[in-house]
Amino acid sequence: MAEFGKPEVVQEEVDILMIGGGMACSGAAYEIGPWIKAAGGNIKVKLVDKAAMDRSGAVAQGLSAINTYIGSEQDPADYARMVSNDLMGITRDDLAYDLGRHVDESVHLFEEWGLPIWKLDENGERHDGAKGMTPLKDGGKPVRSGKWQIMINGESYKWIVAEAAKKALGMENIEERIFIVKLVNDKNDPHRIAGAVGFSVREHKLYIFKAKAILLAAGGCVNIFRPRSVGEGQGRAWYPVWNAGSTYAMAAEAGAELTMMENRFVPTRFKDGYGPVGAWFLLFKSQATNAVGETYMTRNKEMLDDYPPYGQAAVPASCLRNHLMLKEMREGRGPIWMDTVTALAKLRETLSPREVKHLEAEAWEDFLDMCIGQCGIWAGENIEPEKKNSELMPTEPYLLGSHSGCCGIWTSGPEDVGAPTEESESGVPEHLPSGWNWGYRGMTTVKGLFTAGDGVGASGHKFSSGSHAEGRMAAKSMVKYVLDNRDYSPELDTDVDTLIEEIYRPVRTYLEHKDYSTAIDVNPNYITPRMLQFRLQKIMDEYVAGVATYYTTNEHMLALAEQKLEMLKEDALKMRAKDLHELLRAWENYHRILTAEAHMKHIQFRQESRYPGFYYRMDKNFVDEENWHCFVNSIYDKNTKQWTCFKRAHVDIVDKSKLFKAAAH
Amino acid sequence: MPTFVRTEKCDGCKGQDKTACMYICPHDLMKLDKDGSETGHPMKSFNQEPDQCWECYSCIKICPQQAIEARAYADVVPLGGSVQPLRGTDSIMWTIKFRNGTMKRFKFPIRTTPEGSIDPYGNKPEADINKIADVGFFNHNEQNGYRAGNPEELIRK
Repeated sequence: MAEFGKPEVVQEEVDILMIGGGMACSGAAYEIGPWIKAAGGNIKVKLVDKAAMDRSGAVAQGLSAINTYIGSEQDPADYARMVSNDLMGITRDDLAYDLGRHVDESVHLFEEWGLPIWKLDENGERHDGAKGMTPLKDGGKPVRSGKWQIMINGESYKWIVAEAAKKALGMENIEERIFIVKLVNDKNDPHRIAGAVGFSVREHKLYIFKAKAILLAAGGCVNIFRPRSVGEGQGRAWYPVWNAGSTYAMAAEAGAELTMMENRFVPTRFKDGYGPVGAWFLLFKSQATNAVGETYMTRNKEMLDDYPPYGQAAVPASCLRNHLMLKEMREGRGPIWMDTVTALAKLRETLSPREVKHLEAEAWEDFLDMCIGQCGIWAGENIEPEKKNSELMPTEPYLLGSHSGCCGIWTSGPEDVGAPTEESESGVPEHLPSGWNWGYRGMTTVKGLFTAGDGVGASGHKFSSGSHAEGRMAAKSMVKYVLDNRDYSPELDTDVDTLIEEIYRPVRTYLEHKDYSTAIDVNPNYITPRMLQFRLQKIMDEYVAGVATYYTTNEHMLALAEQKLEMLKEDALKMRAKDLHELLRAWENYHRILTAEAHMKHIQFRQESRYPGFYYRMDKNFVDEENWHCFVNSIYDKNTKQWTCFKRAHVDIVDKSKLFKAAAH
Repeated sequence: MPTFVRTEKCDGCKGQDKTACMYICPHDLMKLDKDGSETGHPMKSFNQEPDQCWECYSCIKICPQQAIEARAYADVVPLGGSVQPLRGTDSIMWTIKFRNGTMKRFKFPIRTTPEGSIDPYGNKPEADINKIADVGFFNHNEQNGYRAGNPEELIRK
């Protein structure tokens, strides 16, 4: 009988393993079945998720909008341009364009499955998604809260998408509450994937999977920086607190090339609750001001001219909007306010009492569908938005590839859009592919290892719908990969006993040393995952441009961070786990450390400040288009535990000058 | 806003192996204290790591006894407010109580089809294996959502 300290070892071989249960893997689970059937069956798939698919991933709580919907009136090229400008010009147009042409196919399915999508009637009045109006598929008009966003009643968004995914794949092929912590390469080819290992957080079982192809889509990375709330409120992260960088860390250890890990997202949100601001800016036309009511985007608009051309688009890059706001905060003109009172008063001038009541409900639903905690703050602080304004605040930094960030894994793109097939920068390690596509859409530089959603780097702004579509694209090419590699039989490069020891090390450490001291948490032989996380957050906050230094750093601070992170990584091997829950936290925090280290190394390598407002290298406080209009990529050597950073050339596949012409907007 | 479990309402999901809240919590926070050794309340669940709670409300919404509520983060929010949902099959009702006693109630739709009714491949075409290397999904444009784009936009082709 398995017990804590004596786990059962389960070994299983499949053709395709999916790691994660969020939007990307839900999309993959849906798309894969028909292709397997068309291929004649006989391809075994398994999906493992550390949570429950009904509420796992970034959409667990729900959403009030789908942020990527192209619509019949816009072109995928317009979308690729927007993504590029918001991310200061360094994105993969091929990936964004491909996503743009596919994404609405998923959105229309969501509506068919039962997701309520707001509609406009012929008089321009808004209706919620349960009114039975014409579906988008048949020409129904969505309510645009921005050029790319549409409003939904999205409390059950994930629940609905998961239902379709679970039925499509079959529950017999899904196991929840299994946390994969490490990928394993092939014994005969170090650049090929052969398996993955992890454990159950419910039973005393360790899992060793062999697979021909693996989809790694386990979200972005949260809480590597000290959060603004350090007591009970530290769980109120903006992005989901359970996104632990597992995608980036496991890919890096398997040898996959990462890209743009210097990129981060520092969202400006309602203070403390991190409630969304999009609908307030775009739908309710609210202004953000400094303490004395001045609109900082107007007051400081000449600062945008420091960053041509990115500051000169109709919608300046997100980081630059932060840059203008931070000036007000640094110079003592805070707090920053969202002027909800004026915005709602203006809207009331033209609305009937019925419409005003509806408007109030819309404002609250925006929070209740995706950020309930913000309502808790409004209720606790007696804030009614029509009577009292709310503070805005830039958050601690987040690493992600699907929202307004673009860090992630270097991924093979489409072959039909004119992407480069050669590399013009020197210094790329020889074993890595040259161009932007190497046969299988969604595959990383490790053979058989695919990714989607937050995993795909250099292509942000896919959000929930785009992550689903990207998972579907990856599923389709994984089937092709398996068909092309029928004769391949994966062999793990590490023996099972060694893998077991490694996964279970925190438990062994705990059991060996627990009686050395009388206080379970204070023991020189081990460190608790919780304290290790605090140490990581302190280093990143104080040296790698967290909130403590107003997002500033320099080469000297980074050098200190480098030393401290190395010792932290060594000490990670001494984490303890007193139960399965703590084993989960131990491995999550190991993944956080590797992700944080990649972030630091990339910022160190890039000799400029590409994202003013998100971070500043004060020793290189400029954007250098001549030398650094390029990707920064890296690989990690799991044996030497060292990173190698290098440049890859950036190429435009769509014309960016259209962003800056008077006619375009 | 960590969640908490009301002692008098929680029935430990009637002694099943796992509770609804344990099943659903995305961050593995809810735990059934079988023998009461951790909380003094046997066969009731509790939030084992409140400072890791994202306040996603998944446990609150799923609890069949409505035994779970949230108390706003004590290090951030003044006491006295509450935000409580009642989630049905097609809509959710919210009751918001302010610190000063003001109450607000809202009801929003959550889905337009019966729960469990999705037929994932009903009325969908089969995949064509000859198109596995092409653009598009297995049901290419069945949903009228493929945006082919103006080819002239691709400046390197």
